[in-house]
Amino acid sequence: MAESVYVRIIGARLRGQMSYRTSFALQCLAQAVTQLGELLVILVLFNRVSALGGFSVNEVVLMYAIAGTAFGIADMVAGQLDQLPTYIRTGTFDVVLLRPLGTLAQMMTSDVQLRKIGRVGAGLATLVYAVNHNDIGWSPFTVLLVVAAPIGGAVIFGSIWIMANAICFWLVDGQELANTVTYGSSAFTSYPATVYGPWLRRFFAFVIPGAFVAYYPSLALLGRPDPLGGPALLGWISPLVAVVAAGVAGLVWRSAVRHYRGTGS
Amino acid sequence: MIEVRELRREFTLSTKVGRFRREKRTVLAVDAVSFDVAAGEAVGYVGPNGAGKSTTIKMLTGVLVPTSGHVRVSGVDPSRGRRELARRIGVVFGQRSQLWWDLPLRDSFDLLRAIYRVSRGDYEARLRECVELLDLGPFLDTPVRQLSLGQRMRGEVTAALLHGPELLVLDEPTIGLDLESKERLREFLADLNTQRGTTLLLTTHDLDDIERLCPRLVVIDRGTVLADGPLDELRAEVAPERVLVVDLEKPAEGLDDLPGVTATRTELNGLRHHLTFRRADTTAAALISAVAARAEVHDLVVVEPEIDDVVRRLYARR
Repeated sequence: MAESVYVRIIGARLRGQMSYRTSFALQCLAQAVTQLGELLVILVLFNRVSALGGFSVNEVVLMYAIAGTAFGIADMVAGQLDQLPTYIRTGTFDVVLLRPLGTLAQMMTSDVQLRKIGRVGAGLATLVYAVNHNDIGWSPFTVLLVVAAPIGGAVIFGSIWIMANAICFWLVDGQELANTVTYGSSAFTSYPATVYGPWLRRFFAFVIPGAFVAYYPSLALLGRPDPLGGPALLGWISPLVAVVAAGVAGLVWRSAVRHYRGTGS
Repeated sequence: MIEVRELRREFTLSTKVGRFRREKRTVLAVDAVSFDVAAGEAVGYVGPNGAGKSTTIKMLTGVLVPTSGHVRVSGVDPSRGRRELARRIGVVFGQRSQLWWDLPLRDSFDLLRAIYRVSRGDYEARLRECVELLDLGPFLDTPVRQLSLGQRMRGEVTAALLHGPELLVLDEPTIGLDLESKERLREFLADLNTQRGTTLLLTTHDLDDIERLCPRLVVIDRGTVLADGPLDELRAEVAPERVLVVDLEKPAEGLDDLPGVTATRTELNGLRHHLTFRRADTTAAALISAVAARAEVHDLVVVEPEIDDVVRRLYARR
Protein backbone atom coordinates (compact mmCIF):
# COMPACT_ATOMS: atom_id res chain seq x y z
CA MET A 1 0.00 0.00 0.00
CA ALA A 2 2.67 2.43 1.06
CA GLU A 3 4.76 1.59 -1.99
CA SER A 4 1.88 2.24 -4.33
CA VAL A 5 1.82 5.82 -3.04
CA TYR A 6 5.34 6.38 -4.35
CA VAL A 7 4.53 4.63 -7.61
CA ARG A 8 1.66 7.07 -8.03
CA ILE A 9 3.77 10.08 -7.13
CA ILE A 10 6.45 9.03 -9.62
CA GLY A 11 3.78 8.30 -12.22
CA ALA A 12 2.33 11.76 -11.85
CA ARG A 13 5.77 13.38 -12.09
CA LEU A 14 6.54 11.42 -15.26
CA ARG A 15 3.24 12.37 -16.86
CA GLY A 16 4.17 15.99 -16.27
CA GLN A 17 7.56 15.52 -17.93
CA MET A 18 6.20 13.54 -20.86
CA SER A 19 3.68 16.21 -21.73
CA TYR A 20 6.29 17.93 -23.91
CA ARG A 21 7.33 14.99 -26.05
CA THR A 22 9.86 16.60 -28.38
CA SER A 23 11.59 18.41 -25.58
CA PHE A 24 11.66 15.20 -23.56
CA ALA A 25 13.19 13.22 -26.45
CA LEU A 26 15.86 15.88 -26.98
CA GLN A 27 16.74 15.90 -23.30
CA CYS A 28 17.12 12.10 -23.34
CA LEU A 29 19.39 12.43 -26.34
CA ALA A 30 21.46 15.11 -24.64
CA GLN A 31 21.97 12.85 -21.64
CA ALA A 32 23.07 9.99 -23.88
CA VAL A 33 25.48 12.28 -25.77
CA THR A 34 27.02 13.46 -22.48
CA GLN A 35 27.60 9.89 -21.46
CA LEU A 36 29.09 8.89 -24.83
CA GLY A 37 31.21 12.05 -24.90
CA GLU A 38 33.02 10.88 -21.82
CA LEU A 39 33.60 7.55 -23.53
CA LEU A 40 35.16 9.39 -26.44
CA VAL A 41 37.67 10.99 -24.07
CA ILE A 42 38.79 7.52 -22.99
CA LEU A 43 39.13 6.36 -26.60
CA VAL A 44 41.14 9.44 -27.55
CA LEU A 45 43.38 8.84 -24.57
CA PHE A 46 44.06 5.30 -25.76
CA ASN A 47 45.16 6.67 -29.13
CA ARG A 48 48.21 7.94 -27.29
CA VAL A 49 48.77 5.17 -24.77
CA SER A 50 48.26 1.44 -25.05
CA ALA A 51 47.36 0.84 -21.43
CA LEU A 52 45.97 2.91 -18.59
CA GLY A 53 47.03 1.91 -15.10
CA GLY A 54 47.80 -1.53 -16.47
CA PHE A 55 44.45 -2.00 -18.21
CA SER A 56 43.65 -2.29 -21.91
CA VAL A 57 41.14 -0.07 -23.69
CA ASN A 58 38.36 -2.64 -23.58
CA GLU A 59 38.91 -3.27 -19.90
CA VAL A 60 38.71 0.42 -19.11
CA VAL A 61 35.56 0.69 -21.24
CA LEU A 62 34.02 -2.10 -19.16
CA MET A 63 34.69 -0.16 -15.94
CA TYR A 64 33.42 2.98 -17.52
CA ALA A 65 30.24 1.23 -18.70
CA ILE A 66 29.40 -0.18 -15.26
CA ALA A 67 30.15 3.14 -13.58
CA GLY A 68 28.19 5.13 -16.17
CA THR A 69 25.11 2.92 -15.96
CA ALA A 70 25.20 2.97 -12.16
CA PHE A 71 25.61 6.73 -12.11
CA GLY A 72 22.75 7.17 -14.56
CA ILE A 73 20.37 5.07 -12.46
CA ALA A 74 21.41 6.83 -9.25
CA ASP A 75 21.10 10.23 -10.88
CA MET A 76 17.59 9.37 -12.04
CA VAL A 77 16.47 8.19 -8.61
CA ALA A 78 18.42 10.37 -6.19
CA GLY A 79 19.53 13.25 -8.40
CA GLN A 80 16.77 15.55 -7.21
CA LEU A 81 18.33 15.59 -3.75
CA ASP A 82 20.28 18.44 -5.34
CA GLN A 83 17.13 20.44 -4.69
CA LEU A 84 17.51 20.01 -0.94
CA PRO A 85 19.20 23.38 -0.27
CA THR A 86 16.35 25.11 -2.10
CA TYR A 87 13.83 23.07 -0.11
CA ILE A 88 15.50 24.09 3.12
CA ARG A 89 15.95 27.73 2.21
CA THR A 90 12.41 28.29 0.98
CA GLY A 91 10.82 26.27 3.77
CA THR A 92 9.40 23.68 1.37
CA PHE A 93 11.04 21.03 3.53
CA ASP A 94 8.50 21.93 6.23
CA VAL A 95 5.78 20.78 3.85
CA VAL A 96 7.66 17.49 3.43
CA LEU A 97 7.56 17.12 7.22
CA LEU A 98 3.82 17.79 7.26
CA ARG A 99 3.01 14.70 5.21
CA PRO A 100 2.47 11.26 6.71
CA LEU A 101 5.37 9.76 4.71
CA GLY A 102 9.10 9.35 5.20
CA THR A 103 11.15 12.42 4.32
CA LEU A 104 13.83 10.69 2.26
CA ALA A 105 11.35 8.76 0.14
CA GLN A 106 9.41 11.97 -0.48
CA MET A 107 12.55 13.84 -1.53
CA MET A 108 13.64 11.06 -3.89
CA THR A 109 10.26 10.76 -5.54
CA SER A 110 9.63 14.50 -5.63
CA ASP A 111 11.03 14.95 -9.11
CA VAL A 112 12.29 11.77 -10.78
CA GLN A 113 14.06 12.84 -13.96
CA LEU A 114 13.10 10.31 -16.59
CA ARG A 115 15.25 12.07 -19.21
CA LYS A 116 18.28 10.59 -17.44
CA ILE A 117 17.17 7.29 -18.93
CA GLY A 118 19.20 8.53 -21.93
CA ARG A 119 22.35 8.26 -19.87
CA VAL A 120 21.37 4.84 -18.56
CA GLY A 121 20.64 3.66 -22.10
CA ALA A 122 24.02 4.84 -23.37
CA GLY A 123 25.69 3.19 -20.38
CA LEU A 124 23.93 -0.11 -21.03
CA ALA A 125 24.84 -0.04 -24.72
CA THR A 126 28.47 0.52 -23.78
CA LEU A 127 28.22 -2.31 -21.26
CA VAL A 128 26.91 -4.73 -23.90
CA TYR A 129 29.80 -3.74 -26.16
CA ALA A 130 32.37 -4.07 -23.37
CA VAL A 131 31.09 -7.45 -22.23
CA ASN A 132 31.42 -8.76 -25.80
CA HIS A 133 34.90 -7.40 -26.31
CA ASN A 134 36.47 -8.63 -23.12
CA ASP A 135 37.55 -12.11 -22.21
CA ILE A 136 35.05 -12.97 -19.51
CA GLY A 137 34.83 -16.47 -18.13
CA TRP A 138 31.07 -16.95 -18.27
CA SER A 139 29.42 -18.73 -15.40
CA PRO A 140 26.18 -18.19 -13.49
CA PHE A 141 28.19 -16.06 -11.05
CA THR A 142 29.66 -13.74 -13.65
CA VAL A 143 26.26 -13.35 -15.33
CA LEU A 144 24.80 -12.42 -11.96
CA LEU A 145 27.63 -9.99 -11.31
CA VAL A 146 27.18 -8.23 -14.68
CA VAL A 147 23.58 -7.54 -13.68
CA ALA A 148 24.27 -6.84 -10.01
CA ALA A 149 27.25 -4.54 -10.48
CA PRO A 150 25.40 -1.59 -12.11
CA ILE A 151 22.52 -1.93 -9.64
CA GLY A 152 24.78 -2.22 -6.61
CA GLY A 153 26.82 0.64 -8.02
CA ALA A 154 23.67 2.72 -8.33
CA VAL A 155 22.86 2.02 -4.68
CA ILE A 156 26.39 3.04 -3.68
CA PHE A 157 26.17 6.24 -5.73
CA GLY A 158 22.71 6.93 -4.31
CA SER A 159 24.01 6.46 -0.78
CA ILE A 160 26.93 8.78 -1.44
CA TRP A 161 24.45 11.27 -2.83
CA ILE A 162 22.22 11.08 0.23
CA MET A 163 25.08 11.46 2.67
CA ALA A 164 26.71 14.28 0.75
CA ASN A 165 23.47 16.23 0.43
CA ALA A 166 22.57 15.66 4.07
CA ILE A 167 25.47 18.05 4.75
CA CYS A 168 23.12 20.82 3.63
CA PHE A 169 21.11 20.38 6.83
CA TRP A 170 24.15 21.57 8.77
CA LEU A 171 25.76 23.91 6.27
CA VAL A 172 23.60 26.27 4.31
CA ASP A 173 26.10 26.38 1.42
CA GLY A 174 26.98 22.70 1.62
CA GLN A 175 26.00 22.18 -2.01
CA GLU A 176 29.50 22.81 -3.38
CA LEU A 177 30.97 20.28 -1.00
CA ALA A 178 28.23 17.79 -1.83
CA ASN A 179 28.85 18.18 -5.57
CA THR A 180 32.57 17.61 -5.11
CA VAL A 181 31.82 14.27 -3.51
CA THR A 182 29.03 13.14 -5.85
CA TYR A 183 30.46 14.16 -9.19
CA GLY A 184 33.99 13.59 -7.97
CA SER A 185 33.19 9.99 -7.09
CA SER A 186 31.57 9.57 -10.50
CA ALA A 187 34.75 10.72 -12.23
CA PHE A 188 36.83 8.49 -10.01
CA THR A 189 34.89 5.32 -10.70
CA SER A 190 35.09 5.67 -14.46
CA TYR A 191 38.82 4.89 -14.52
CA PRO A 192 40.84 2.05 -13.02
CA ALA A 193 41.76 2.82 -9.42
CA THR A 194 45.40 2.15 -10.33
CA VAL A 195 45.76 5.47 -12.14
CA TYR A 196 45.31 7.44 -8.91
CA GLY A 197 47.78 8.17 -6.14
CA PRO A 198 47.57 6.01 -3.03
CA TRP A 199 45.80 8.54 -0.77
CA LEU A 200 43.12 9.52 -3.22
CA ARG A 201 42.70 5.84 -4.02
CA ARG A 202 42.19 4.83 -0.42
CA PHE A 203 39.80 7.69 0.19
CA PHE A 204 37.58 6.91 -2.79
CA ALA A 205 37.89 3.17 -2.43
CA PHE A 206 37.05 2.73 1.22
CA VAL A 207 35.89 5.96 2.85
CA ILE A 208 33.56 6.65 -0.04
CA PRO A 209 33.23 3.16 -1.46
CA GLY A 210 33.58 4.25 -5.09
CA ALA A 211 35.97 1.50 -6.07
CA PHE A 212 33.23 -1.01 -5.37
CA VAL A 213 31.06 0.51 -8.08
CA ALA A 214 33.10 -0.59 -11.08
CA TYR A 215 36.75 -1.28 -10.33
CA TYR A 216 36.48 -4.39 -8.14
CA PRO A 217 33.49 -5.93 -9.96
CA SER A 218 35.32 -5.46 -13.28
CA LEU A 219 38.38 -7.25 -11.91
CA ALA A 220 36.15 -10.12 -10.84
CA LEU A 221 34.48 -10.27 -14.25
CA LEU A 222 37.82 -10.21 -16.05
CA GLY A 223 39.25 -12.78 -13.66
CA ARG A 224 42.23 -10.53 -13.02
CA PRO A 225 44.00 -10.18 -9.70
CA ASP A 226 44.03 -6.70 -8.23
CA PRO A 227 47.29 -5.01 -9.24
CA LEU A 228 47.08 -3.24 -5.91
CA GLY A 229 47.07 -6.52 -4.06
CA GLY A 230 43.48 -6.54 -2.85
CA PRO A 231 41.86 -9.97 -2.39
CA ALA A 232 39.77 -11.33 -5.28
CA LEU A 233 36.80 -11.42 -2.95
CA LEU A 234 36.38 -7.63 -3.15
CA GLY A 235 34.77 -7.83 -6.56
CA TRP A 236 32.08 -10.22 -5.41
CA ILE A 237 31.09 -8.44 -2.24
CA SER A 238 30.24 -5.14 -3.90
CA PRO A 239 26.45 -5.77 -3.61
CA LEU A 240 27.04 -6.28 0.10
CA VAL A 241 28.97 -3.01 0.26
CA ALA A 242 25.98 -1.39 -1.44
CA VAL A 243 23.63 -2.66 1.27
CA VAL A 244 25.93 -1.38 4.02
CA ALA A 245 26.30 1.99 2.28
CA ALA A 246 22.53 2.31 2.00
CA GLY A 247 22.14 1.52 5.71
CA VAL A 248 24.72 4.11 6.69
CA ALA A 249 23.13 6.66 4.36
CA GLY A 250 19.75 6.03 6.00
CA LEU A 251 21.22 6.66 9.45
CA VAL A 252 22.99 9.82 8.31
CA TRP A 253 19.76 11.11 6.76
CA ARG A 254 17.82 10.39 9.94
CA SER A 255 20.20 12.28 12.14
CA ALA A 256 20.28 15.12 9.60
CA VAL A 257 16.50 15.47 9.71
CA ARG A 258 16.57 15.26 13.50
CA HIS A 259 19.11 18.07 13.47
CA TYR A 260 16.86 20.14 11.20
CA ARG A 261 13.83 19.67 13.42
CA GLY A 262 16.00 20.46 16.41
CA THR A 263 17.39 23.69 15.01
CA GLY A 264 15.00 24.74 12.29
CA SER A 265 17.80 26.59 10.59
CA MET B 1 -7.65 19.18 20.97
CA ILE B 2 -4.50 21.20 21.64
CA GLU B 3 -2.68 21.18 24.95
CA VAL B 4 0.39 23.36 25.39
CA ARG B 5 2.26 23.72 28.68
CA GLU B 6 5.34 25.82 29.36
CA LEU B 7 6.44 25.46 25.77
CA ARG B 8 9.91 26.81 25.08
CA ARG B 9 11.98 26.98 21.98
CA GLU B 10 15.52 28.32 21.69
CA PHE B 11 17.48 29.01 18.57
CA THR B 12 21.23 29.20 18.46
CA LEU B 13 22.43 31.88 16.14
CA SER B 14 26.05 32.09 15.25
CA THR B 15 27.31 35.41 14.02
CA LYS B 16 30.68 36.06 12.49
CA VAL B 17 33.03 37.98 14.71
CA GLY B 18 36.25 38.84 12.94
CA ARG B 19 37.65 36.60 10.27
CA PHE B 20 37.34 33.16 11.81
CA ARG B 21 35.75 33.53 15.19
CA ARG B 22 32.07 32.88 15.51
CA GLU B 23 30.00 33.93 18.43
CA LYS B 24 27.09 31.79 19.47
CA ARG B 25 24.03 33.47 20.81
CA THR B 26 20.91 31.81 22.14
CA VAL B 27 17.63 33.43 21.23
CA LEU B 28 14.41 32.51 22.97
CA ALA B 29 11.74 32.40 20.26
CA VAL B 30 8.99 30.91 22.40
CA ASP B 31 9.13 31.28 26.17
CA ALA B 32 6.84 29.37 28.52
CA VAL B 33 3.75 29.48 26.33
CA SER B 34 0.71 27.67 27.72
CA PHE B 35 -2.80 27.41 26.28
CA ASP B 36 -5.50 24.90 25.51
CA VAL B 37 -7.84 24.67 22.58
CA ALA B 38 -10.98 22.59 23.01
CA ALA B 39 -12.51 20.56 20.19
CA GLY B 40 -14.74 22.74 18.02
CA GLU B 41 -13.17 26.06 19.02
CA ALA B 42 -11.85 28.65 16.60
CA VAL B 43 -8.83 30.45 18.00
CA GLY B 44 -6.83 33.30 16.54
CA TYR B 45 -3.14 33.27 17.39
CA VAL B 46 -1.91 36.79 16.79
CA GLY B 47 1.16 38.87 17.42
CA PRO B 48 3.61 41.12 15.59
CA ASN B 49 6.29 39.73 13.25
CA GLY B 50 8.89 37.75 15.13
CA ALA B 51 6.60 37.21 18.12
CA GLY B 52 6.99 33.43 17.90
CA LYS B 53 3.74 32.57 16.10
CA SER B 54 5.22 30.48 13.32
CA THR B 55 7.64 28.77 15.69
CA THR B 56 4.70 27.72 17.88
CA ILE B 57 2.75 26.48 14.85
CA LYS B 58 5.76 24.46 13.68
CA MET B 59 6.05 22.82 17.09
CA LEU B 60 2.34 22.02 17.12
CA THR B 61 2.55 20.38 13.70
CA GLY B 62 5.71 18.36 14.36
CA VAL B 63 8.01 20.29 12.03
CA LEU B 64 10.15 21.53 14.92
CA VAL B 65 10.97 19.79 18.18
CA PRO B 66 10.48 21.95 21.31
CA THR B 67 13.45 22.78 23.51
CA SER B 68 11.27 21.97 26.50
CA GLY B 69 7.63 21.87 27.52
CA HIS B 70 4.64 19.70 26.87
CA VAL B 71 2.59 19.57 23.65
CA ARG B 72 -0.31 17.30 22.74
CA VAL B 73 -2.25 17.79 19.56
CA SER B 74 -5.15 15.44 18.96
CA GLY B 75 -3.67 13.26 21.70
CA VAL B 76 -0.36 12.92 19.84
CA ASP B 77 3.06 14.25 20.81
CA PRO B 78 3.95 16.05 17.57
CA SER B 79 7.70 15.61 17.86
CA ARG B 80 7.41 11.82 18.25
CA GLY B 81 4.31 11.02 16.24
CA ARG B 82 4.85 13.36 13.30
CA ARG B 83 3.42 10.99 10.72
CA GLU B 84 0.47 9.91 12.80
CA LEU B 85 -0.38 13.51 13.58
CA ALA B 86 -0.14 14.39 9.89
CA ARG B 87 -3.07 12.07 9.21
CA ARG B 88 -5.25 13.74 11.81
CA ILE B 89 -4.70 17.42 11.18
CA GLY B 90 -4.70 19.68 8.18
CA VAL B 91 -2.16 22.46 7.77
CA VAL B 92 -2.23 25.43 5.43
CA PHE B 93 0.84 27.62 5.18
CA GLY B 94 -0.12 30.79 3.33
CA GLN B 95 3.32 31.20 1.83
CA ARG B 96 4.23 27.57 1.21
CA SER B 97 2.38 25.42 -1.25
CA GLN B 98 1.69 21.77 -0.71
CA LEU B 99 0.42 21.36 -4.25
CA TRP B 100 2.50 20.14 -7.21
CA TRP B 101 3.02 23.26 -9.23
CA ASP B 102 3.10 21.67 -12.69
CA LEU B 103 0.16 19.31 -12.13
CA PRO B 104 -3.49 20.21 -12.56
CA LEU B 105 -5.20 20.86 -9.24
CA ARG B 106 -7.24 17.69 -9.64
CA ASP B 107 -4.07 15.55 -9.98
CA SER B 108 -2.55 17.14 -6.88
CA PHE B 109 -5.69 16.22 -4.96
CA ASP B 110 -5.58 12.70 -6.31
CA LEU B 111 -1.98 12.31 -5.15
CA LEU B 112 -2.88 13.58 -1.71
CA ARG B 113 -5.68 11.04 -1.60
CA ALA B 114 -3.05 8.32 -2.13
CA ILE B 115 -0.62 9.87 0.35
CA TYR B 116 -3.25 10.14 3.10
CA ARG B 117 -4.88 6.84 2.12
CA VAL B 118 -8.36 8.31 1.90
CA SER B 119 -11.04 5.95 0.64
CA ARG B 120 -12.41 6.80 -2.79
CA GLY B 121 -15.90 7.48 -1.41
CA ASP B 122 -14.81 9.87 1.36
CA TYR B 123 -12.46 11.61 -1.01
CA GLU B 124 -15.10 12.24 -3.63
CA ALA B 125 -17.65 13.46 -1.12
CA ARG B 126 -15.18 15.91 0.45
CA LEU B 127 -13.86 17.08 -2.88
CA ARG B 128 -17.36 17.63 -4.26
CA GLU B 129 -18.24 19.73 -1.25
CA CYS B 130 -15.11 21.88 -1.50
CA VAL B 131 -15.49 22.30 -5.24
CA GLU B 132 -19.02 23.57 -4.70
CA LEU B 133 -18.39 25.83 -1.70
CA LEU B 134 -15.07 27.25 -2.88
CA ASP B 135 -16.09 27.32 -6.54
CA LEU B 136 -13.08 25.33 -7.74
CA GLY B 137 -14.86 23.98 -10.81
CA PRO B 138 -13.54 26.47 -13.37
CA PHE B 139 -9.87 25.77 -12.62
CA LEU B 140 -9.83 22.18 -11.39
CA ASP B 141 -7.95 21.07 -14.53
CA THR B 142 -5.54 24.01 -14.64
CA PRO B 143 -1.90 23.43 -13.64
CA VAL B 144 -1.25 24.97 -10.23
CA ARG B 145 1.44 27.30 -11.59
CA GLN B 146 -1.18 29.06 -13.72
CA LEU B 147 -3.58 29.74 -10.85
CA SER B 148 -4.05 33.15 -9.30
CA LEU B 149 -3.13 33.46 -5.64
CA GLY B 150 -6.77 33.44 -4.61
CA GLN B 151 -7.49 30.31 -6.65
CA ARG B 152 -4.37 28.62 -5.31
CA MET B 153 -5.29 29.35 -1.69
CA ARG B 154 -8.71 27.81 -2.22
CA GLY B 155 -6.87 24.79 -3.63
CA GLU B 156 -4.51 24.71 -0.61
CA VAL B 157 -7.40 24.74 1.84
CA THR B 158 -9.12 21.93 -0.07
CA ALA B 159 -5.84 19.97 -0.10
CA ALA B 160 -5.64 20.26 3.69
CA LEU B 161 -9.20 18.99 4.15
CA LEU B 162 -9.29 15.96 1.85
CA HIS B 163 -8.34 13.55 4.65
CA GLY B 164 -11.07 14.95 6.91
CA PRO B 165 -8.89 16.44 9.68
CA GLU B 166 -10.42 17.26 13.06
CA LEU B 167 -8.10 20.26 13.41
CA LEU B 168 -7.15 22.75 10.73
CA VAL B 169 -4.10 24.92 11.38
CA LEU B 170 -3.74 27.94 9.12
CA ASP B 171 -0.65 30.14 9.03
CA GLU B 172 -1.63 33.45 7.45
CA PRO B 173 -4.24 32.00 5.12
CA THR B 174 -5.48 35.32 3.73
CA ILE B 175 -2.11 36.98 3.13
CA GLY B 176 -2.00 38.74 -0.21
CA LEU B 177 -5.57 37.91 -1.17
CA ASP B 178 -7.97 40.48 -2.60
CA LEU B 179 -11.07 41.41 -0.62
CA GLU B 180 -13.43 39.10 -2.45
CA SER B 181 -11.15 36.06 -2.12
CA LYS B 182 -10.62 36.82 1.55
CA GLU B 183 -14.32 37.05 2.15
CA ARG B 184 -15.07 33.82 0.34
CA LEU B 185 -12.38 31.98 2.28
CA ARG B 186 -13.56 33.37 5.62
CA GLU B 187 -17.11 32.35 4.92
CA PHE B 188 -15.98 28.85 4.05
CA LEU B 189 -13.83 28.54 7.19
CA ALA B 190 -16.59 29.92 9.41
CA ASP B 191 -18.98 27.27 8.05
CA LEU B 192 -16.37 24.57 8.46
CA ASN B 193 -16.06 25.50 12.12
CA THR B 194 -19.72 26.00 12.97
CA GLN B 195 -21.35 23.37 10.72
CA ARG B 196 -18.67 20.71 10.69
CA GLY B 197 -17.22 21.30 14.12
CA THR B 198 -13.67 21.35 12.71
CA THR B 199 -11.36 23.04 15.22
CA LEU B 200 -9.51 26.04 13.79
CA LEU B 201 -6.24 27.60 14.87
CA LEU B 202 -5.07 30.44 12.71
CA THR B 203 -2.36 33.04 12.74
CA THR B 204 -2.95 36.23 10.87
CA HIS B 205 -2.05 39.88 10.55
CA ASP B 206 -5.44 40.66 9.14
CA LEU B 207 -7.56 41.30 12.16
CA ASP B 208 -10.73 41.12 10.11
CA ASP B 209 -10.01 37.39 9.92
CA ILE B 210 -10.22 37.25 13.70
CA GLU B 211 -13.33 39.37 13.84
CA ARG B 212 -15.07 37.06 11.40
CA LEU B 213 -13.76 33.69 12.49
CA CYS B 214 -12.41 33.56 15.98
CA PRO B 215 -14.45 34.13 19.13
CA ARG B 216 -11.23 33.65 21.06
CA LEU B 217 -7.87 35.31 20.73
CA VAL B 218 -4.44 34.34 22.02
CA VAL B 219 -2.08 37.30 21.77
CA ILE B 220 1.63 36.62 21.85
CA ASP B 221 4.61 38.95 21.78
CA ARG B 222 8.32 38.26 22.25
CA GLY B 223 7.61 34.61 22.87
CA THR B 224 5.14 34.97 25.71
CA VAL B 225 1.34 35.04 25.89
CA LEU B 226 0.11 38.56 26.58
CA ALA B 227 -3.58 37.84 26.67
CA ASP B 228 -5.96 34.97 26.10
CA GLY B 229 -9.71 35.31 26.02
CA PRO B 230 -12.83 36.19 24.08
CA LEU B 231 -12.34 39.08 21.71
CA ASP B 232 -15.18 41.05 23.36
CA GLU B 233 -13.66 40.77 26.81
CA LEU B 234 -10.21 41.79 25.64
CA ARG B 235 -11.74 44.73 23.91
CA ALA B 236 -13.72 45.77 27.00
CA GLU B 237 -10.63 45.42 29.12
CA VAL B 238 -8.09 47.40 27.16
CA ALA B 239 -10.28 49.52 24.90
CA PRO B 240 -13.49 50.25 26.77
CA GLU B 241 -14.47 53.25 24.67
CA ARG B 242 -17.09 53.11 21.97
CA VAL B 243 -18.06 55.94 19.66
CA LEU B 244 -21.59 56.98 18.73
CA VAL B 245 -21.61 58.74 15.37
CA VAL B 246 -24.81 60.75 14.77
CA ASP B 247 -25.84 62.61 11.63
CA LEU B 248 -28.29 65.39 12.43
CA GLU B 249 -30.98 66.94 10.20
CA LYS B 250 -29.75 70.43 11.06
CA PRO B 251 -26.36 71.57 12.37
CA ALA B 252 -26.30 71.77 16.13
CA GLU B 253 -23.84 72.70 18.85
CA GLY B 254 -23.30 71.59 22.40
CA LEU B 255 -23.69 67.84 22.46
CA ASP B 256 -20.55 67.49 24.57
CA ASP B 257 -22.20 67.88 27.95
CA LEU B 258 -24.35 64.76 27.55
CA PRO B 259 -24.00 62.36 30.50
CA GLY B 260 -21.31 59.72 30.02
CA VAL B 261 -19.63 61.35 27.02
CA THR B 262 -15.86 61.63 27.47
CA ALA B 263 -14.86 63.27 24.17
CA THR B 264 -16.52 64.78 21.12
CA ARG B 265 -15.55 65.69 17.59
CA THR B 266 -17.68 67.54 15.06
CA GLU B 267 -17.65 67.21 11.28
CA LEU B 268 -19.59 68.61 8.30
CA ASN B 269 -20.20 71.99 9.96
CA GLY B 270 -21.93 70.49 12.96
CA LEU B 271 -24.00 67.95 11.01
CA ARG B 272 -21.99 64.91 12.16
CA HIS B 273 -20.94 64.33 15.77
CA HIS B 274 -18.58 61.67 17.13
CA LEU B 275 -19.42 61.04 20.78
CA THR B 276 -16.98 58.84 22.71
CA PHE B 277 -18.38 57.04 25.75
CA ARG B 278 -17.47 54.21 28.08
CA ARG B 279 -19.52 51.09 28.42
CA ALA B 280 -19.30 51.36 32.19
CA ASP B 281 -20.74 54.90 32.26
CA THR B 282 -23.71 54.72 29.94
CA THR B 283 -25.37 52.56 27.31
CA ALA B 284 -25.71 53.35 23.63
CA ALA B 285 -29.51 53.40 24.01
CA ALA B 286 -29.43 55.99 26.82
CA LEU B 287 -27.07 58.18 24.85
CA ILE B 288 -29.16 57.95 21.69
CA SER B 289 -32.30 59.10 23.49
CA ALA B 290 -30.33 61.94 25.12
CA VAL B 291 -29.18 63.10 21.68
CA ALA B 292 -32.67 62.73 20.20
CA ALA B 293 -34.05 64.95 22.99
CA ARG B 294 -31.79 67.80 21.83
CA ALA B 295 -31.76 67.50 18.04
CA GLU B 296 -33.45 65.72 15.16
CA VAL B 297 -31.38 62.61 14.31
CA HIS B 298 -31.06 61.62 10.64
CA ASP B 299 -28.81 58.56 11.01
CA LEU B 300 -26.51 56.95 13.58
CA VAL B 301 -23.97 54.20 14.04
CA VAL B 302 -22.09 52.79 17.05
CA VAL B 303 -18.41 52.12 16.30
CA GLU B 304 -16.52 49.49 18.31
CA PRO B 305 -12.77 49.98 18.71
CA GLU B 306 -10.74 48.60 15.82
CA ILE B 307 -9.28 45.26 16.64
CA ASP B 308 -5.75 46.37 15.78
CA ASP B 309 -6.31 49.07 18.36
CA VAL B 310 -7.06 46.38 20.92
CA VAL B 311 -3.93 44.46 20.06
CA ARG B 312 -1.79 47.59 19.99
CA ARG B 313 -2.94 48.52 23.46
CA LEU B 314 -2.19 45.04 24.69
CA TYR B 315 1.36 45.38 23.42
CA ALA B 316 1.67 48.81 24.97
CA ARG B 317 0.46 47.53 28.33
CA ARG B 318 3.52 45.38 29.01
